[in-house]
Amino acid sequence: MTQNRPFRLPKGGRLIDRAYQLPFRFDGRHLRGLQGDTLASALLANGQMMMGRSFKYHRPRGPVASGAEEPNALFGLGQGGRFEPNQRGTTTVLETGMVLRSQNCWPSLDADLGEINNWLSPFFPAGFYYKTFIHPRPFWKHVFEPIIRRSAGLGRAPTDPDPDRYEQAYDFADVVVVGGGIAGLTAALAAAKGRTRVLVLEQSGHWGGRTPVDHKGGQAQIDALLDELRAKKNVTLRRNTMATGLYDHGYLLAREALADHDPNLGIPRQRLWRIRAGQVITATGALERPLSFACNDVPGVMLASAVRDFIVDFGVAPGQRIVVVTNNDDAYRTALTALDAGLEVSAVIDARPEADGELVQVVRARNIPVLTGTAIAKVKGSRQVEGVAICDQSGDGTITGGIDCDVVAMSGGWSPVVHLYSHCGGKLIWDEAQAMFRPDPNRPPLGADGQGNVTATGAAKGDLTCAGDLERPEGATMPVWVMPAQAPYKLRSKMWLDFQNDVKVSDVELAAREGYASVEHTKRYTTLGMATDQGKVSNINGLAVLSGALNQPIPATGTTTFRPPYTPLTLATIAAEARGDAFQPLRKTPMHTWHNLNGAHWEPVGHWRRPYCYLHAGEDAHTAVAREVLAVRNGVGTLDASTLGKIIVKGPDAGRFLDMLYTGMMSTLPVGKCRYGLMCNENGFLSDDGVVARLSDDTWLCHTTTGGADRIHGHMEDWLQCEWWDWQVYTANVTEQYAQIAVAGPKARELLQRLPGTIDLSPEALPFMTWAEGELAGIPARIYRISFSGELSFEIAVPAGRGLELWEALHHAGRDLGIVPYGTEAMHIMRAEKGFIMIGDETDGTVIPQDLGLNWAISKKKPDYIGKRAQARSHMTDGNRWRLVGLESLDGRMIPDGAYAVDQGLNANGQRVVQGRVTSTYHSPTLGRPIAMGLIRHGPERMGQVLDFPTPAGETIRARIVDPVFYDKDGGRLNA
Amino acid sequence: MLTLTCPYCGITAEETELQPGGEAHLKRVGPDGSDDEFEAYIFARANPRGVHFERWRHAYGCGKWFLAARDTATLQVFGTYKAQTPAPTDDIIAAIQAARPDWTPAP
Amino acid sequence: MPEALATIAPVAGLGMITIRANLSRAGDAIAEASGLPIPEATRITTDGSRSLGWMSPDELLLLLPAAETAEALTALTNALAGEHALVADVSDLRAVFDVTGPKVQQVLQKLSPTDFAAFPKDGLRRTRAAQVAVAFWRQGKGFRVIGMRSTGDYLRLILENATIPGSDLEPR
Repeated sequence: MTQNRPFRLPKGGRLIDRAYQLPFRFDGRHLRGLQGDTLASALLANGQMMMGRSFKYHRPRGPVASGAEEPNALFGLGQGGRFEPNQRGTTTVLETGMVLRSQNCWPSLDADLGEINNWLSPFFPAGFYYKTFIHPRPFWKHVFEPIIRRSAGLGRAPTDPDPDRYEQAYDFADVVVVGGGIAGLTAALAAAKGRTRVLVLEQSGHWGGRTPVDHKGGQAQIDALLDELRAKKNVTLRRNTMATGLYDHGYLLAREALADHDPNLGIPRQRLWRIRAGQVITATGALERPLSFACNDVPGVMLASAVRDFIVDFGVAPGQRIVVVTNNDDAYRTALTALDAGLEVSAVIDARPEADGELVQVVRARNIPVLTGTAIAKVKGSRQVEGVAICDQSGDGTITGGIDCDVVAMSGGWSPVVHLYSHCGGKLIWDEAQAMFRPDPNRPPLGADGQGNVTATGAAKGDLTCAGDLERPEGATMPVWVMPAQAPYKLRSKMWLDFQNDVKVSDVELAAREGYASVEHTKRYTTLGMATDQGKVSNINGLAVLSGALNQPIPATGTTTFRPPYTPLTLATIAAEARGDAFQPLRKTPMHTWHNLNGAHWEPVGHWRRPYCYLHAGEDAHTAVAREVLAVRNGVGTLDASTLGKIIVKGPDAGRFLDMLYTGMMSTLPVGKCRYGLMCNENGFLSDDGVVARLSDDTWLCHTTTGGADRIHGHMEDWLQCEWWDWQVYTANVTEQYAQIAVAGPKARELLQRLPGTIDLSPEALPFMTWAEGELAGIPARIYRISFSGELSFEIAVPAGRGLELWEALHHAGRDLGIVPYGTEAMHIMRAEKGFIMIGDETDGTVIPQDLGLNWAISKKKPDYIGKRAQARSHMTDGNRWRLVGLESLDGRMIPDGAYAVDQGLNANGQRVVQGRVTSTYHSPTLGRPIAMGLIRHGPERMGQVLDFPTPAGETIRARIVDPVFYDKDGGRLNA
Repeated sequence: MLTLTCPYCGITAEETELQPGGEAHLKRVGPDGSDDEFEAYIFARANPRGVHFERWRHAYGCGKWFLAARDTATLQVFGTYKAQTPAPTDDIIAAIQAARPDWTPAP
Repeated sequence: MPEALATIAPVAGLGMITIRANLSRAGDAIAEASGLPIPEATRITTDGSRSLGWMSPDELLLLLPAAETAEALTALTNALAGEHALVADVSDLRAVFDVTGPKVQQVLQKLSPTDFAAFPKDGLRRTRAAQVAVAFWRQGKGFRVIGMRSTGDYLRLILENATIPGSDLEPR
């Protein structure tokens, strides 16, 4: 590479501002670019054509394209938390102080040890890994995989948390135009009649697409369109916004880059737009295809359009002596652009037997040799193009001459960008004349009304000349999939299709020979199109080669599926606001802050946070839980039970409705009383439980489990709205209206009686399973005499806004009684000591109430309830079902949660036959020994028998089947 | 992502505001049903490719369950209607047949 | 220096009563007891002090100064005595925020799949703000947003995150 000639042209560069020089670093070197440069144009301006290496063979790579399709010029960009791999140099705008690292090379871009893969490349054809590393089998896991993993993956993953903010926003538009080139702007203007809301999205920072480059009067046309559109209130023009995907019913996602260029702005770095579009117009343009000739991957071989983009947009000469190779007229524009910029054009190599379009004539008139029927046999040079050997396009590659050059500008024709059109079911047709797939206007994606809701326009529709100067008609394109046509294997194995993943013509042909006839299979076997550009550059050439190898027409091969996102989308943009404290809505009870200040060790229960226990200084959780249990058993404690669901059910048919909902009878519950109820689904399985209180003649209050409130309320509304809609019942989910505090322990009554109140708490006035209403500590309260701990217990519901006040009043009044707050684990232990079941422990969606010995809570009188029919099915009435018992380990060790009780023999899979499992297991501080419950086959009929529970550690714990009620069997304490 | 118009409040809601509820127009089988009838009620679902009737709840809106007739392949929505409807309404059937002339309602 | 898109202020001292009834049958009684006309579907009526919002075909939400709640509860209960209806005090059930400022609508646009161009002046929209259920309507120069009490901190956080100075939605 000659460093003494300037790569930045003395003139031109419509996107750069020569007044502002921006310093940046590339692999540690200090370089300068200009404001408006992309990373790629800035590097080219510094004479840096080689920008990375390929993934598999570590071959030198320079930029091929100038836009979103670029497969090669990818960098690790930024530092620390803002480091991002695989940033496209052709679309990332240069900013002062940027730090770029090349990828796929070690120790450096120039001296890369992985390049050995290139010398060994004859031994690494497609499928090499699949074939080679399969034997001997154990080697895969222990030898091959660890080695391959170390070298796999493109770029380095960032290690630090992303410090930037991201957000989402919703938008609605009648018409969304994707693409701000001439076709998109024209379509937007046409659509913007009346009050039609039109939204135009342009992925880059500049309007106009190719028109300002390809057409002399293009910029003026674009400016005029923009002026008209900007004057309309119903039109929104959004730049730097990439439409990433189109989904059902006109749902369009787009990413707007807000502060990619300046993280210090403090605003969200990117915004994900969630747009609902009535109609979508894709004006996404077209992408130029490479040509497949030998060594077409050497840095300096670029798309013809990219060469002129670098010259026109950035005033950068990718090289000084250019050879154009093409199968169409459009590439002649590159020759003219280069000539106008004062560069040398050595020749135009045109594969077509004849070429005499107007552009061709203009080039000829400037004394540039146009070699028709000619092909490139081979590119010379390894890290930079040094010249080309030429041959006949129709022949086998026999060299007929050579041309020195440092850039090859290639054009294999253009492919419309059909991604959005295809994301949601739009179909493509093969356009034989233009050698491209384009949207089939008769089979568009459909909207909610069954009508097409996407149309393509401009180059995206297949109208490839729309950006250019329409005064100059272009000659026909000739499909050229392999150059030269009869190239032998030696050349085909050097023709790159996928530059990033190193997939060559010979690899696709090998896949076809090995039976990968489907384009989707070939893609996965060869990795064609699986690079970060997702085949934008390689797919059409690849499937044309595959079609050739399979000897079938291209439409018979078809394309691989186009999937969002169009260009890579960072996960942070998808997560947007949902990170940190906003990751998930955390549900907090009215006493949350108190718990926090008093040592709460939190447990997530659904979205709720509940104190598992309250840690004193120096305590671990186990000690704290034991202390809390004993304090309640011997004194008094408070549990924040606010999370329990509370649903009012009211109406003339409320009793009848609840009788259908619960397995037990609720219609006969007297006003003022409480009853424990079980709810099943239609499958018969237990889904929730809780205490029901009858508030008045036509009103009941149903308690649900924590986290069950919304589900059960929805369940109720489902049956009321969809099945028994003529029943007069209203429900209201008032869970969060109330703070609920369980006051439990032998001293609970004494404590409550210390607070001023209007409610008689005596056993006679308020016996077990009743409720009363009045005032407590000056707060309107409803007190339920219910107990989940097995102790004398009052659950007090007060308006949520006054829950903390009552909680603190209780703790103030109970200080000398040794009052403690207790958490969910103490609650769990105490209920297990009492043999009470817990939804989610004793049940897992396959357990019916009968399994748990809860027949007493199932009405025998009712003709029907939800789940009753299912519970009569033969499997449900089978005497062999596992049923609930207590378990007592023989040697005092705890049985692990979920441990299976094994039986004699092995099952069909050679595993031990099992006869039950542990559902709850705790150390009981009350009893000073472990207790457990489990579901055991014939359990209740096998009292006293001893079972074996193997542990994961390989030991066996032996346990005796006992009554599940370990504590206060006669209920004297809770009835106190 | 689908949009469906709630027939109760008229809001055109997107799928994230809705809760799906499976096939519509199932007839509940209670304690008197045979094993076969009950099995069909609990487990047998039509799951057609084409015209289908579904239950949806406007969960983040008015909370009402409603029914939707749509094509599971093209996602065309023929209409939404209230849940208190034992069978597809005449309007819905007409809308379906306008788009799918060969379609006839299940007996 | 750009300013925040909006200010988020928690609202205290608000009473709320949920009313479930057949609105076509009991509408007059409710209107009389609440002192407000019955809103059309997805609308809210107000007299400046009290508001009556349409929550569902058979559900209204009365918002009023907290001090008037007990009296209104009694009035509504009495008015609906012969009717199948459910009247309940839900004053503590929700978290309420007033969102005011130059770009208040954009704040909600970042969180809710709501088409504000089709949102009537007296509209009450029940929808989703990020991951939680909310309802909002125009209140003064801004919007009043109600969510569930337990997730009030979350709601406030996402609202505030959406107001970052300079993060407006205008095309740039």
